[in-house]
Amino acid sequence: MSQVNLFTRRINKALSNNQLQTSFRSAMSYLMEKRLSRFPDYEKLQLSRNKSNSIRANSVSNLGDLLLTLESNLTKNGIKVHWAENATQANEIIHSILNNANAKTVVKGKSMVSEEIELNEYLVDNGIDILETDLGEFLIQLDDDRPSHIVMPAIHKNKFEIARTFSDNFPDLKYTEDVDEMTQQARIVLRDKFSHADAGISGVNFAVAETGTLCLVENEGNGRMCTTVPNLHIAVTGIEKVVEKLENIPPLFDILPKSATGQECTTYFNMISGPRKDNEKDGPKEVHLVLLDNGRSRVSRDSSINEILNCIRCGSCINHCPVYVKLGGHAYGTVYPGPVGIVFESLIQGLDKAGALTSACTMCGACAQVCPVKIPLPKLINRLRNESIEGLGSDSVLGKGSMKKPLEAGIWKGWRFIYSNPLVCLLFVKTMTRMRLFVPTNIGKWSKYRNTPKPGKRSIEDIARIAGFTNE
Amino acid sequence: MNNSKDNILNNLLKHSIENKPSKIVDKESHKPLSNKKKIESLKSILESVRAEVHLLKYNGLNDWINSELSKRNLSRVLIGDSSIQRNLGLTFSDDLDVSYYSDSIESWKDKLFNDIDVGITTTIGAIARTGSLVLWPNSEEPRLISLVPDVHIAVVKVDEIYETFSEVIEKQNWSENMPTNALLISGPSKTADIEQVLAYGVHGPKELIVLIAS
Amino acid sequence: MGTCLADLYYPEVGLAGMQLLRREGLDVIYPKKQTCCGQPAFNSGYRKEALPVARSLMKCFKKNIPIIIPSGSCAGMIKYHWSELFSEEPDYKQAISVSNRVFELTEFLVDNLQIKLTDLGKPTKIAIHTSCSCRNEMRVADRIESLTSQLSNVDVSIQERKKECCGFGGTFAIKQADISGAMVKDKTDAIKATNADKVISQDCGCLMNIGGALSKQQSQITSQHIAEFLWERTNESS
Repeated sequence: MSQVNLFTRRINKALSNNQLQTSFRSAMSYLMEKRLSRFPDYEKLQLSRNKSNSIRANSVSNLGDLLLTLESNLTKNGIKVHWAENATQANEIIHSILNNANAKTVVKGKSMVSEEIELNEYLVDNGIDILETDLGEFLIQLDDDRPSHIVMPAIHKNKFEIARTFSDNFPDLKYTEDVDEMTQQARIVLRDKFSHADAGISGVNFAVAETGTLCLVENEGNGRMCTTVPNLHIAVTGIEKVVEKLENIPPLFDILPKSATGQECTTYFNMISGPRKDNEKDGPKEVHLVLLDNGRSRVSRDSSINEILNCIRCGSCINHCPVYVKLGGHAYGTVYPGPVGIVFESLIQGLDKAGALTSACTMCGACAQVCPVKIPLPKLINRLRNESIEGLGSDSVLGKGSMKKPLEAGIWKGWRFIYSNPLVCLLFVKTMTRMRLFVPTNIGKWSKYRNTPKPGKRSIEDIARIAGFTNE
Repeated sequence: MNNSKDNILNNLLKHSIENKPSKIVDKESHKPLSNKKKIESLKSILESVRAEVHLLKYNGLNDWINSELSKRNLSRVLIGDSSIQRNLGLTFSDDLDVSYYSDSIESWKDKLFNDIDVGITTTIGAIARTGSLVLWPNSEEPRLISLVPDVHIAVVKVDEIYETFSEVIEKQNWSENMPTNALLISGPSKTADIEQVLAYGVHGPKELIVLIAS
Repeated sequence: MGTCLADLYYPEVGLAGMQLLRREGLDVIYPKKQTCCGQPAFNSGYRKEALPVARSLMKCFKKNIPIIIPSGSCAGMIKYHWSELFSEEPDYKQAISVSNRVFELTEFLVDNLQIKLTDLGKPTKIAIHTSCSCRNEMRVADRIESLTSQLSNVDVSIQERKKECCGFGGTFAIKQADISGAMVKDKTDAIKATNADKVISQDCGCLMNIGGALSKQQSQITSQHIAEFLWERTNESS
């Protein structure tokens, strides 16, 4: 089945799911309101966005140099750096690090990149026990489900479903639908895992080239647990996450939590610059960073589309998207949903695999208004639509022209003939107005939801002249 | 593996990008907060996320800690070492069971996870505008003291309250010398993953008690 | 400019806009050969088809005078997207010259003309839907309120989630008809909950969408473009 048909199937499933409609409407309204409460001053917000954009754009323009500096400083600090061109290489590297350390049990913090490479599946297939520890991801894993949002992965689940998940998986625990009680149950279950795991795996929010520092943002404490308790810590990140200087971090740490969840700041900000020193008493003895490319270097070459790499994964665009709120995350069928997903997935996977997503956008611009790093998402989506049909862009875009459709192209050619020739256009409009009673108002699916008017009795040209308006 | 690195870098470096964005000068200038306002800001933001904050005299720390730990039944205490204890002017009462983090985690992990009620740490500063404590764990005060026990008591010196994170980084010259682990702690641990309902005490400490000492 | 949509379906809107401007003392020209700004094809990915259409329109507006458009979406296309559409073209400069002279109608009435209105109509309650292009591109969301607040017999009620897209999105409403249908239902539910008599907008596309959905749902709420609404209520011969 084509990617378009598969997408349509998933869309229909989402639109007919009343619980999804209610959960997402409620969650997105909540997140939008919370974010707004953190930005009371419009001018100040624009200054912050400009600053964050400039920091990230600097990174994207200088990725090669910055990654070399990052590697050099990380290595000086004792952190081992690995380069992975694609998901397969990344998984193999991580697996081999775990094998070398004889690590069989892993606790994992939230990482979208690890979802991108399907790390969990790979490790499980290779006999490694890997446990998600972020509460939302933990619940998803127990249900063999997938995240539906990049910041709040279990947003599609209600507390009754979660209560059932707990009691199904931990029959010894008392059944409860109380959120505090469920949270405490998760705490108890996971504490034991933290203290006995052989290794911890995490993502990275920002990697500072100047000092060789990995920065992680979190609220629960599971990230710190994963990166501090086990003797081995493996961090995995996309190459675009590098930031030039330490002084760039406060502005990004300021705008990220506010944009993502409407928090002043997250409970913890964890900055790791090395493994346990000889005289230290805790912390991992071995720290590794896996740098994942997976198409990012290809995208970075083209300055007309590489702004997507500014992304700091706040999810704000997703929260404000009027299409996402109707579909939920799963309908997109990709790791990253919503506006950022449409662009990122189309570019990383190619338009032939993910280009269908570009139709899931009304170009309303709500996402561009809130993006903390000023990615022009509607412009990029529009551009990708164009590439999927006309395909004249650079080789940074894969699957160019793969969504050309002869019938549709024919219709637009006809439209062009009428509307690029003024005399033809005048004749067309005149005909439509004179024959208005015969113009069909039942136009496929459009008419399922709306009545359509008949064309006007006269064109503007006609009535304007009658009213005395001149041509020049 | 070197091949991968070269492939990736070749992809990046051979195509230099024409439009390097201009640096934006930091136009942010506002009247700096007074000390009083800094304390107020720190306290109110921390309290808004359910941290407990007390203003004490430095020489009052001992009495407060001893009496509160007793009252709250937090008898099994963890502190870095005796020098930290001395610096805080603490003489623990006999009904408290005090442990020092004197050995590597490997030798006593189960006790840390199961038999400690409260961890006490110093800080190297606090940030008024975000309600954050700044910690640089080291060999005397290892990282897990502020993470594993259910309760974390952190002592902040009143003259080490900075206004912004940028100010801390600049004044303490972080870029010259980053520690293995630098932390900002802004409250007890929490989550909103279940129906966006805020729940406290997930994996980090359930309670954060901040003692601002002057 | 009239817009291709108004030309076919809402010619009174085009006329009302011109009449409002003429009443303020302006000499209003309606070039006969105007066609379309190219947006439908541009947003659908067909830039090769959009370009000659936009070019044909561009030729009508060579005179160095303001171009007023009763649509945020068409105005936005010309003002903000023609630079991309014409970026590799020899007539890029001419396109930009046109872009720089474009105003959305309510923007021009409020900002440039400081229009003063006297309400001669009957008391009515309205809901206002600002199109996404007026809000996010042209940034003229509040101009419609500046106009309606001058009408003493008009009460404005504010619907829930006022800022949310109505689901039109041009060809989106056909390509993703079911998502669009779900979105317009949310919008009409919110408007119906206000008990307004009428919904007003700066954009005919949104009106066709919202008004059409209200009509399908057999709601009594009507829909009208702000230009027509203003002209009817303030013109003595109405």
